[in-house]
Amino acid sequence: MDLSYSAEEQAFRDDVRDFLTTKLPEDLRDKVRDGGELNKADMERWHAILNAQGWLAPNWPKSFGGAEWNAVQRHIFEEEAAAHHAPRIVPFGLSMLAPVLQKFGSQEQCDYWLPRILSGEDWWCQGYSEPGAGSDLASLKTTAVKDGDHYIVNGQKTWTTLGQHANMIFCLVRTDKDVKQQEGISFLLIDMDTPGVEVRPIVLLDGGAEVNEVWFTDVKVPVENLVGEENKGWTYAKYLLTHERTNIAGVGFSQAGLTRVRRIAKSEMSGGKPLIENPHFAARLAQVEIDLKAMATTNLRIVSKAAAGTAPGVESSMLKVKGTIIRQEINDLARRAAGAYAMPFASEALEGSNAGLPDPSGAGPVASQYFNNRKLSIFGGSNEIQRGIIAKVTMGG
Amino acid sequence: MNFDLTEERQMLQDTLRRFLRERYDTATRNKIIESASGMSDDIWGQLAELGVIGALFTEEQGGFGGAGFDLAVVFEELGRAGVVEPMLDTAVLAGGLVADLGDESQQALVEEVIGGAMQMAFAHGEPSSRYDLNRVQATAKAEGDEIVLNGHKAVVVNAEAAQMLVVSARESGNIGDTDGISLFVLPADTKGITIQGYALLAGGRAAEVMLDDVRLPASARLGAAGKAFDAIEARVAAASVAQCAETLGAMETATHLTKEYLGTRKQFGRPIGTFQALAHRMSDLLIEMEQARSAVINAAGHLESARGERERQVSAAKNLMGRAGRLVAEDSIQMHGGIAMTQEYELAHIAKRIVMADHRFGDTDHHLERYIALAAA
Ligand SMILES: Cc1cc2nc3c(=O)[nH]c(=O)nc-3n(C[C@H](O)[C@H](O)[C@H](O)COP(=O)(O)OP(=O)(O)OC[C@H]3O[C@@H](n4cnc5c(N)ncnc54)[C@H](O)[C@@H]3O)c2cc1C
Ligand SMILES: Cc1cc2nc3c(=O)[nH]c(=O)nc-3n(C[C@H](O)[C@H](O)[C@H](O)COP(=O)(O)OP(=O)(O)OC[C@H]3O[C@@H](n4cnc5c(N)ncnc54)[C@H](O)[C@@H]3O)c2cc1C
Repeated sequence: MDLSYSAEEQAFRDDVRDFLTTKLPEDLRDKVRDGGELNKADMERWHAILNAQGWLAPNWPKSFGGAEWNAVQRHIFEEEAAAHHAPRIVPFGLSMLAPVLQKFGSQEQCDYWLPRILSGEDWWCQGYSEPGAGSDLASLKTTAVKDGDHYIVNGQKTWTTLGQHANMIFCLVRTDKDVKQQEGISFLLIDMDTPGVEVRPIVLLDGGAEVNEVWFTDVKVPVENLVGEENKGWTYAKYLLTHERTNIAGVGFSQAGLTRVRRIAKSEMSGGKPLIENPHFAARLAQVEIDLKAMATTNLRIVSKAAAGTAPGVESSMLKVKGTIIRQEINDLARRAAGAYAMPFASEALEGSNAGLPDPSGAGPVASQYFNNRKLSIFGGSNEIQRGIIAKVTMGG
Repeated sequence: MNFDLTEERQMLQDTLRRFLRERYDTATRNKIIESASGMSDDIWGQLAELGVIGALFTEEQGGFGGAGFDLAVVFEELGRAGVVEPMLDTAVLAGGLVADLGDESQQALVEEVIGGAMQMAFAHGEPSSRYDLNRVQATAKAEGDEIVLNGHKAVVVNAEAAQMLVVSARESGNIGDTDGISLFVLPADTKGITIQGYALLAGGRAAEVMLDDVRLPASARLGAAGKAFDAIEARVAAASVAQCAETLGAMETATHLTKEYLGTRKQFGRPIGTFQALAHRMSDLLIEMEQARSAVINAAGHLESARGERERQVSAAKNLMGRAGRLVAEDSIQMHGGIAMTQEYELAHIAKRIVMADHRFGDTDHHLERYIALAAA
């Protein structure tokens, strides 16, 4: 047992810090720090900077152009990136689709799609959920019927995050209706410019339009866009979901969030003193900090086990549950800290137009973020579903 | 003991509930929220006609109610429908202060408020006062026959629509003294007032109100010079009762929607309410609803009590509603899944009303500390 980082790990952290202080554009840093919304160009700019450094794909093997970092390195990067207010990496192509292609895709598919993910030529979105298939994903109804060298796709996906920016969507589609649900699903890559694809925005409760409905009407998809074998999509999807769940603890986000809460509470006054000196508030803050410190170590324990080659199983479900509870608690603290000034409608979505709003403690859109981040315990497998997995794995049944 | 509503209050509740059910659905309300004024004059006029505003004032003041339970009945219904019109600000706070303290000529305003022709706002909180009612930094200085106001009033709800403002300012003493605070009632377009408006996350609008050498005749003062604190505290108590009842109504809607959804939404081939993980959470919410209802009854029933008892009950209710409200809002969203995150679904707005109520008149922490202090006193 040794809780200190090795000399190489420390050196790696220094490199990361150096990179972030010199290469992260100030305007992006300020936007992230103040809770502003990043637009498509912002995200693409940051991706390009990381790509030039060779750090855009930390978990890809070197052979595919990735950094092939181990779990501790990834953890260090995540922590430093959050502390420096770097934008998060848009995960759909880089950390969701790519691992599936690398494991189950053909050589041609890897050669064609992976470089385009790195270069930013393609923007991917995830087409899993449907109106009737949320937690029960396997009940999905969107169909793909083979017709010569094409599939004809019909149906509807929903909750598609950042689908408005995407030109490609990876979808789970039903290719066989006559077998057990899980055994009739295929994994298909669909060009969103194909006739018959329609994207409609969904406005969320904070006023933001980050998710969409995607409709498919007789959409022709070349058979080369099938990943792996027909009707094996469920296996690939589950593989992808475990990748979606690594990093799910969001330790870096929580650390950055706590820093922000402290900053707000130092300038917000209560009874003539900074709020941070109020014993009740200080107790709430300390409580979350204690939880976060423990979770950061849990996270490291699990990622180093993963580094040793053991795939994270039930532990990733545990991290998802605890990590989201902590992040949501921090969002709650930030909103609480801002007092009456949490009330103005400062939406992340109203990019640039928050300037006129009063905000004496520099809180930014804390209440909007509090509501928006209720999603953390719903998506990527809801916390109830995760608890079900933990129970099933540890107790059977 | 009798926990039934009087016949008059029952009638008011029925009428108001029916009116809002028929006239204030999600789509209508969301359009109102997005409109420039953030409120509907039409709805306001009809609420006045139904006697809803009159129910918030005593007979002496020209109304036909005004007790804690009258406020509770009205605001529970407003909360149930997620009403964003500024009833709290115009009638309970600003209008109420004029009714409590005004001389005969000032009282004429109350009649206009009850009739629905007058919008008002109470400009009291300041950027560094947080939830303390006594931390008034804005100043009022006598200059000859005139009074000159200077200061910055923060997040003044309904300031843009208000024709008349009730403004607090200090005539003597230091920030934090209860003594020395005065109230003034003045037209919102008085020279020297700047109003910087913005929309609120949970609907409605507020503004920063800047007072820059605002000159008033001494007749604009409400009540005695420097002695307004007790009246402010009592009015904020009434507003807190109203707001707690409003939150209770909103929580009723949230739990109702959630219960319905658990029965109809199917995943894995069965209604999601049949999963015990959700059924038990729903049960917990229903238990908290009973607690919340009782907290509102306790506070409403003590609004006419002596100051110490009244304030303890109010702080108890605000503390409990802050906690129960957060639980109901968050768990209702969680049990719905993604659908509750969408603006066009009723719960989205209702959850915002519930949670953001904790940012007015003191949050759950503020009232816990205050309850301890009051209990020790
Ligand atoms: C902001 C946001 C972004 C999203 N982005 C994407 C995306 O990019 N791509 C994509 O494909 N999907 C996306 N999703 C969809 C997300 O994965 C689903 O919302 C999630 O799977 C839950 O499904 P649902 O919303 O239909 O809720 P439901 O599955 O209907 O769940 C409702 C409630 O029932 C509970 N429940 C369900 N089954 C059980 C059970 N067996 N036991 C106990 N409780 C249960 C759930 O936990 C929840 O509380 C996104 C969702 C949101 C909110
Ligand atoms: C001090 C004491 C006094 C008592 N007095 C009386 C008495 O006067 N008369 C009398 O008849 N009995 C009495 N009881 C017995 C009492 O009613 C039982 O203990 C009780 O019904 C629980 O049964 P059990 O102990 O067999 O636990 P179990 O029923 O085996 O329960 C074990 C655990 O499983 C949980 N559980 C069980 N079923 C479910 C389910 N469907 N869903 C979720 N969770 C579940 C329980 O909540 C508990 O946590 C008494 C018990 C105690 C401890």
